[in-house]
Amino acid sequence: MLQVNRRPESLVDVKMHYCPGCGHGIVHRLVAEVMDELKIRERTIGVAPVGCAVFADHYFNCDMIQGPHGRGPAIATGIKRSKPQCIVFSYQGDGDLASIGMAETIHSAGRSENITIIFINNAIYGMTGGQMAPTTLVGQKATTCPLGRDPKVNGYPIRVCELLAQLDGSRYLERTSIHTAAHVIKAKKAIKKAFQCQIDGKGFSLVEVLSTCPTNMGISPLDACKFVQEKLLPQYPLGVFKDSDGGMNNVSRN
Amino acid sequence: MPNIKVDEARCKGCELCTAACVKKCIVMSTTFSVTGYYPAVCCAPERCTGCGLCAQICPDLAITVFKEEKAKA
Repeated sequence: MLQVNRRPESLVDVKMHYCPGCGHGIVHRLVAEVMDELKIRERTIGVAPVGCAVFADHYFNCDMIQGPHGRGPAIATGIKRSKPQCIVFSYQGDGDLASIGMAETIHSAGRSENITIIFINNAIYGMTGGQMAPTTLVGQKATTCPLGRDPKVNGYPIRVCELLAQLDGSRYLERTSIHTAAHVIKAKKAIKKAFQCQIDGKGFSLVEVLSTCPTNMGISPLDACKFVQEKLLPQYPLGVFKDSDGGMNNVSRN
Repeated sequence: MPNIKVDEARCKGCELCTAACVKKCIVMSTTFSVTGYYPAVCCAPERCTGCGLCAQICPDLAITVFKEEKAKA
């Protein structure tokens, strides 16, 4: 018998602590598979975020460092500048990257640091207990907006990929999702392209992955996938927002 | 015959694989696993095509997919 799939070498063989149906496990596997396929595990340094994925260093079988809340891109910048031969990625959630770490994210893109960011967007804070995130949809309930997000009080959700696409420094930006198996396969291709962008020395790359948090959304994992399809996708359209090698005329959108 | 093997100690019973399976041959067990979840089981191995979509969506890497090797022509 032929074994179709096997655990990637870049993932430690332990049970993950994530809730049932959490998207982190899928994205961890995709990043690990990409590291295996590009054969960069031995020279990769990852930055674990604050949030549910804070223990990502237990799971990735490469060198890891854990940064303060939102400071992943700043730490990745330091590592990449002092060790340019290393492949550096920062794994961050939406509360981490789009809220407290927005300054670090924008400025590392503006400086076109040659790093890769994996951005998990599940429209809610996970570990801290389901608070409203900058990416929470209008009308979506969270523990800090129990009646639903009201734009007059809480403002509007932020689209990170569109925001960073305006900057000349960003090189590869794509938004993907993991709510179906087909989207998982596409997300892996996007992550591979982002790492390849860094290997080629082009500059800042970011892959936004629309994910689910069934526990804090208060719904079942299957309903959370439906929520992504019906609610998140209209607000956050999938696609490549930038694929550029630094030339100003090489910007593509779809 | 293509088949899947579910690591019951790793499976957290999220049911994502039951929706991902095109042939609808994965159901949830009616007995608890050692970790207290209802793990996924393959109820109809004869329908399994070994496509691997269940393994793609599994967040806990609990599913291993096996397929027959194609005979070289």
